[in-house]
Amino acid sequence: MTTLTDPPKESFRLSMLLYDTRYRSTTIQVVALLGFMLGAAWLINNVIVNLAAAGKTFNYGFLKEASGYDINQKLIAYNSQSSHMRAAVVGLMNTLLVAVMGCIAATILGVIIGVLRLSKNWVISRLAAVYVETLRNVPVLLWIVLIMAATSHQLPAPKDFRGDNPAATMKVFDSIAVTNRGVYLPEPLFSKGLGDLPVFPDKESKACQAFYNPDGTPATAKLAKFCGTFQISIDLMAILAVLIAGLITSKLIKTRADQIQKDTGVRPVTWYWRLAVVFLPTLAVLYILGFYLGYPELKGFNFKGGIHMRSSLLALWVALSLYTAAFIAEIVRAGIMAISKGQSEAAAALGLRQNRIMSLIVLPQALRVIVPPLISQYLNLTKNSSLAIAVGYMDITGTLGGITLNQTGRELETVLLLMLIYLIISLTVSSVMNYYNERTKLKER
Amino acid sequence: MKKSVFLGALTVASLTAGIAAAGTLDDVKARGKLNCGVSTGLVGFASPDANGKWEGYDVAVCRAVAAAVLGDNTAVEFVPLSSKTRFTALASGEVDMLARNTTWTFSRDVDLKLDFVGVNYYDGQGFMVPKALGVTSAKDLDGATVCIQTGTTTELNLADFFRTNGISYEPVPVENNAESQQQYLSGACDTLTTDASGLAATRAAFENPGDHIILPEIISKEPLGPLVRHGDNEWGDVVRWTLNALISAEELGITSANIEELSKGTNNPEINRILGTEGNLGEMLGLDADWAKRAISSEGNFGEIFEANIGEKTPIGLARGLNAQWTEGGLIYSPPFR
Amino acid sequence: MTMNSTQSYVRTEMLPEKAPPVTNVGIIGWVRQNLFATWLDAILTLMAIYIAYSVLSFLLPWIFGGFWNANSLNECRAKIIEVYGESQNRACWGVIHERFWQLMYGFYPEHLYWRPNLALILLFAGLAPILFGSLPKKLILVSVAVPFIAPWLLWGGSVWVPVTAFLGFVVGYLVHKFVSVAISPLLGLILGVLSAIIWWLFLMGPVGEALQNIIPLGIESVESRKFGGFMLSILLGITGITLSFPLGIILALGRQSNLIIVKSLCVGFIEFIRGVPLITLLFVASVLLQYFLPKGTEFDIILRVMIMVTIFAAAYMAEVIRGGLAALPKGQYEAADALGLDYWQAQRLIIMPQALKISIPGIVSTFIGLFKDTTLVSIIAMADPIQWVKFIQSDSDWNGIIWELYGFVAFVFFIFCFSMSRYSMYLERKLQTGH
Repeated sequence: MTTLTDPPKESFRLSMLLYDTRYRSTTIQVVALLGFMLGAAWLINNVIVNLAAAGKTFNYGFLKEASGYDINQKLIAYNSQSSHMRAAVVGLMNTLLVAVMGCIAATILGVIIGVLRLSKNWVISRLAAVYVETLRNVPVLLWIVLIMAATSHQLPAPKDFRGDNPAATMKVFDSIAVTNRGVYLPEPLFSKGLGDLPVFPDKESKACQAFYNPDGTPATAKLAKFCGTFQISIDLMAILAVLIAGLITSKLIKTRADQIQKDTGVRPVTWYWRLAVVFLPTLAVLYILGFYLGYPELKGFNFKGGIHMRSSLLALWVALSLYTAAFIAEIVRAGIMAISKGQSEAAAALGLRQNRIMSLIVLPQALRVIVPPLISQYLNLTKNSSLAIAVGYMDITGTLGGITLNQTGRELETVLLLMLIYLIISLTVSSVMNYYNERTKLKER
Repeated sequence: MKKSVFLGALTVASLTAGIAAAGTLDDVKARGKLNCGVSTGLVGFASPDANGKWEGYDVAVCRAVAAAVLGDNTAVEFVPLSSKTRFTALASGEVDMLARNTTWTFSRDVDLKLDFVGVNYYDGQGFMVPKALGVTSAKDLDGATVCIQTGTTTELNLADFFRTNGISYEPVPVENNAESQQQYLSGACDTLTTDASGLAATRAAFENPGDHIILPEIISKEPLGPLVRHGDNEWGDVVRWTLNALISAEELGITSANIEELSKGTNNPEINRILGTEGNLGEMLGLDADWAKRAISSEGNFGEIFEANIGEKTPIGLARGLNAQWTEGGLIYSPPFR
Repeated sequence: MTMNSTQSYVRTEMLPEKAPPVTNVGIIGWVRQNLFATWLDAILTLMAIYIAYSVLSFLLPWIFGGFWNANSLNECRAKIIEVYGESQNRACWGVIHERFWQLMYGFYPEHLYWRPNLALILLFAGLAPILFGSLPKKLILVSVAVPFIAPWLLWGGSVWVPVTAFLGFVVGYLVHKFVSVAISPLLGLILGVLSAIIWWLFLMGPVGEALQNIIPLGIESVESRKFGGFMLSILLGITGITLSFPLGIILALGRQSNLIIVKSLCVGFIEFIRGVPLITLLFVASVLLQYFLPKGTEFDIILRVMIMVTIFAAAYMAEVIRGGLAALPKGQYEAADALGLDYWQAQRLIIMPQALKISIPGIVSTFIGLFKDTTLVSIIAMADPIQWVKFIQSDSDWNGIIWELYGFVAFVFFIFCFSMSRYSMYLERKLQTGH
């Protein structure tokens, strides 16, 4: 028989907080937390004292006041009587616009350059290497400024398009005008369009009253520009809905074809069906809506009509894309080189064709290496878009962190809000990245 | 000065070279240098030359104040400030005064807690267009692309002007004057708007100034002047009366050439009071009797500073216009030294 | 069937090797294999050569045909028209010639240029043991001295400031040593750090002043507002990276730690800093920091920017070092535990030396990124090279010049960054040979 004796109970001494490993970690944590809270309290206290001394308050009331300035590029309705808040939203949308455009262009360009760098062709691989080294070893701010200078000095001004024997002409069947104020592209228009749907309409406002019947029901789809926080184009929604429905149907046809192939061994020819279900309904909707292209035309001082891609957007977009593409090219190259040759040889031994090897064996493995750094490059691009201020592109740093800060003198509020917005964007993107990393993680034994 | 928590005292003791105590004047004297905020490069108003020496109209005001307070017009630390950082730098004590083409407005004076001590240039916002455009009035600019420097009052004036006249425009915001000039010349914008003085200065630098006209409309009042922090009235008085001394000197005919002679004593009591041979104005300001004499001999009187930096003989070529002495039909007017 | 053994149907001796066809060797073979292997290749090659030609045929005459001896833009343009005619474009390098030293040193006094130069040389001497490994051990002394001597050389002033600053470490070390032996090691560490901090905060100033009064010894002091040009970029880059290094190690260890509060504080800090653009942090430095410090604190703008750049770099550095830590095989940690080393001993002797070695290329590329990012300080009107370009453009002599200035600045940045990235590749290769 064994008797279990309790270990002798130690009485708690203060020094155990430091020496006993059971307690030490807690002590360290408590000290760290206290230190952090003390530091934070000190900073906040300073802010309060300083604000009081300067006779200022900390509040975001100014966001509701009229901004007083105009913004050239606005994706939602805005004028100088709109609030600072709305100016910030306009800026945020401009940031997101250039970020998304930049990510797409940088990815396409980066993949091409990365693959070219691995080319066996000596001239091509050298040229790609020169591109990468030149672009990534010069600060992006310099690229932005240089490309802006190039667009505004080397491209023709609108006045060069004027006259009987103009110095410059429009490109591609007179549909695109490349000027030093930006590029004018044809825009899609609808002669029988369904109009816009206001989101969060304020029924009291004058702009919305035309839109509503006295009983509160929507009267007509045509409405003034300032009704609602923003408007959703019903035309666009209709086209998207039809397009998505078409894609889903196409997918169903493919699934059915797979099933038939599995059962009978013969795969029915379906590609024309699949094309038809995607494109025919979409074309029909476009026809019903009265789709036509609006071409830019030189009227008065400027080109009118069409989509105007301003030179500031163009310069920022091109510079950020070219710069980020250099980094993406290196990531792609490293990703492809990381897949051992044995993998593609094994696939070849199994009898797969070259393109199947690429799509089934190499790419899925390379993507695991490529995607995480790729996404952090996307984040870098988004953060670098804050340099828009150097070319006068009105992004969130230009509106909220620039003119609003300047006109209201509310440095504390605006800069903190600005940081918060960027932080939200970054955290959203990086949580997407973490999800992807988790999903594609190499399952190790 | 109120100390918040014990850590606050710690940091103050360690990090500070000098603590912005009650009086800026004493600070400046103790430091032996005047910290003066200027623009980040504006032709004729402030720019560093090939030797790194700052020159310009605003720079001269800083030098005059340094000469008055410290007796040495080179004892100035010029701090280039962007339009965004200028007020913060002044409010936080990074600079003692700001001489940076800053428009005196209600909200800056009242809401931002700044004190404008006077006006050294009466300006107004105008438009410049190429002659070839065939525009004769700013109201013809419907649909035009307008180059504008961001972060200034001109941006708000522009929005108001086009709004009240019911015409549209496309703003092209640019960071600084050199940039807007490039954009305008390359035709990236139809018209350039900024203070009329800036327009004239910009036009003067063009290869063919005659090809461009400044439209007759002046759409705003832009009184530009030096400013100091709110609440330090002694220091505000020093800067204000240094500026006034420069102005009065021109009115009374005191120039850098004859100042030595006049300071031996004249039969004009006001000249004598300014130059310190009569009365004790300097002492009242907390300075010595020669303060104004030094300020004036630093870069000359108001008119001399104007002519040397932005006047008609310089590439900028600005006429005195509104900025002539009141005796000659202008607005430049100094309260009496009495 | 009989076989004649002397007759053979199979050749028994090797034929002499024939020279490969002319088209497969030498220049022709190389060209065929590398440039014109297929039709597509041939087209791509020709296109690439055409692009390269058209760029170079414009750039080279512009660069090498430029004028170095004009005093203003108008003078230079007149000269170009005189020599080459109306239609030709040539560079006006006269502006670089005239403003070269300003682009390099900003407003720093001309007769003191030797000081930043010497500081840079000392820095390299100090870094040599780290960069190249096999060098005399005595150079370590230089490494220790550089952090005190270099700032003194740059800012000047009393010699007693760096000396007393160094004494802080001595005081801390002595206290640590004494208390560790007398009472306990942990208390020794805490008290050592505390006493050093107290020395720096309260005693260093008065002691330095007293010593200066007794033995006045010093060099001409230079305000930090005079710093500018590439000197400022390099200074910000180097201080950012060196100061962020220890901070980055602490943050990386904190992020790997099991202590939940410490870990979340570190993660929060790192993610916050990495989530916002540097320009907003610079806004904080230029317009907000005053609000966060006790009223009346006067605080040099360069110092403020340095702090922000350091914080920014530390977050990135922490991630690089974390990568190094994660790349270490788990066996290393377990081996350290098996030896009975405690946490700090294991880190110091086993983990960190290996992890840092792995991270060196990452650290170098963080440095390159930081160095390039220092150009952003021009947005808050600090006198870096890009701000100097704006200054020069606002001079009426050079009003309207663009490409020469930006091109020159870009070229200098390229030289710096390119050589650093080559160096990091060299390191990568050197470190790869380990196994």
